[in-house]
Amino acid sequence: MVTITYVEPDGTERTVDVAEGRSVMEGAVSNGIRGIVAECGGACSCATCHAYINAEWLDAVGPAEGDEADMIEFALDPRPNSRLTCQIEVHSGLEGLRLEIPAEQA
Amino acid sequence: MATQAQTIVILGAGQAGASVATRLRENGHVGRIVLIGDETDPPYQRPPLSKKYMTGEMECERLYLKPAEAYAAIGVELITGCRALAIDRVTQQVELTGHEVPLGYDQLVLTTGARPRALPEALVNGFDNILCFREMADANRLRALMAPGRRMLVLGGGYIGLETAAVARGQGLDVTIAEQGERILGRVACAETADHFRNLHQGNGVRILENTRLERFEGKDGVAERAIFADGRAIDIDLVVVGIGILPNQDLADAAGIDCDQGILVDEMCRTSDPRIHAAGDCARFPFQGQPTRLESVQNAIAQAEHLADSLTGRCVQGYAPVPWFWSDQYQCKLQIAGLSRGYTHIVQRSGGRPGAVSIWYFDDSGLIAVDAINDARAFMLAKRWLEQPRRPAQEMLGDPLWDPKTF
Ligand SMILES: Cc1cc2nc3c(=O)[nH]c(=O)nc-3n(C[C@H](O)[C@H](O)[C@H](O)COP(=O)(O)OP(=O)(O)OC[C@H]3O[C@@H](n4cnc5c(N)ncnc54)[C@H](O)[C@@H]3O)c2cc1C
Ligand code: FES
Repeated sequence: MVTITYVEPDGTERTVDVAEGRSVMEGAVSNGIRGIVAECGGACSCATCHAYINAEWLDAVGPAEGDEADMIEFALDPRPNSRLTCQIEVHSGLEGLRLEIPAEQA
Repeated sequence: MATQAQTIVILGAGQAGASVATRLRENGHVGRIVLIGDETDPPYQRPPLSKKYMTGEMECERLYLKPAEAYAAIGVELITGCRALAIDRVTQQVELTGHEVPLGYDQLVLTTGARPRALPEALVNGFDNILCFREMADANRLRALMAPGRRMLVLGGGYIGLETAAVARGQGLDVTIAEQGERILGRVACAETADHFRNLHQGNGVRILENTRLERFEGKDGVAERAIFADGRAIDIDLVVVGIGILPNQDLADAAGIDCDQGILVDEMCRTSDPRIHAAGDCARFPFQGQPTRLESVQNAIAQAEHLADSLTGRCVQGYAPVPWFWSDQYQCKLQIAGLSRGYTHIVQRSGGRPGAVSIWYFDDSGLIAVDAINDARAFMLAKRWLEQPRRPAQEMLGDPLWDPKTF
């Protein structure tokens, strides 16, 4: 299990354990974290699992590429630290990961 | 509208049913919420069934919309493996399998989804290697029958048929798609999009027979071994997947005297002809762009369900007016559709920024109505944004390869 802190749109911090191999999006959905909608269930097709990765984690998580980068470019309020959380696989190197969920998705 | 203490019973525990239940609680409904489903699994996503679940890349629990325990945690009574048999609108009760006492409701929600259109019994003829495809159980049966070298016939060239064909090819099966209409995707996309997918499948070694009607199967011991077509053609087969469309599950509503016509009829607030009964998702037919419309998509299942819950809890005043969207993954190709192309009069094609990216834009007299974005996520995201508002780029702009959408 890897500990991840999700900051919900209203600022509430939720720290939960997510199994390795799952995506950061799945960690949010299975723990009822608000703001991650994930309509397409992780198919990189909806951009409703958008979140901002905390600066200190950017290197470990890496940048968005390909389709994901294209989706983010035209998502609501994209920022340099934007990622689609369904495209981030949880592994031990992400222990303590922190990310913020935007107020609106898609 | 439901008062706080009312009991809300939801029939059908799929994508829409789960969304209604969750949203009711999020909106502060404190009364009982009972979610009833006839499948054994808790609500799950269907799209991966013909994609990553079939390839084995995603196991069953990962399809669940949330863990089974999560329903109790938010005070939703989830009853699986239980079928609603009848609705008594006078006593406001539902008859359920395995329950001697009917369940009473103050408000009833129908999210019963849809079922695959079956081949006529005379064609199926007791052969049990002919499968329809809707549920996890169907996907499991299909997975068990798929093995490299086996010959699969897919009847119907819609998205489910095409996705199944793509997965089967990936597993090394020999695949033929037979479509009785003039061409594949005839009901849902223009000829240009269909051309793209025909090429994609043929390039991957799938045989596509269009304008080809199945006449009968031949076989023995309950196994179909040959498919004979109306034009006399015959092919040897090991298994058949039927993807010839779906029918809304409206029988419960119909039998209870609720207005139905190719779906359970609802207004833009998701109300049926009985003010205490509401419907959303694949089973519901609602007014959209001035026409009664039934959408078959995750987008609609979620958004209409949430609208229903918002309207039940007095949160919304506006009618349901979505920007429909849909996706389909086949081989390495990603299709994303925004809008509804119904009634289009002309189209425009554009190439996207990346190799292989192309988008097909649909217009009618009112202007832009939809896009099929093929490996072109940018076009999809832009279109979704544009379709949310009345001001949309004109055909001349999108038809000009030098026009930069970012300037709009
Ligand atoms: C293989 C496959 C691939 C798909 N791919 C995509 C895709 O890529 N993108 C997309 O947007 N959409 C896709 N769809 C469509 C999408 O899954 C549906 O639109 C969506 O599931 C509809 O949700 P729903 O809740 O209305 O219906 P459902 O998810 O069908 O749920 C209805 C539930 O009600 C139950 N039920 C019915 N009658 C009763 C009763 N009397 N008592 C108790 N329970 C009952 C049913 O068994 C079912 O569990 C796909 C569908 C399939 C089958
Ligand atoms: S869940 Fe749809 S893009 Fe991530």
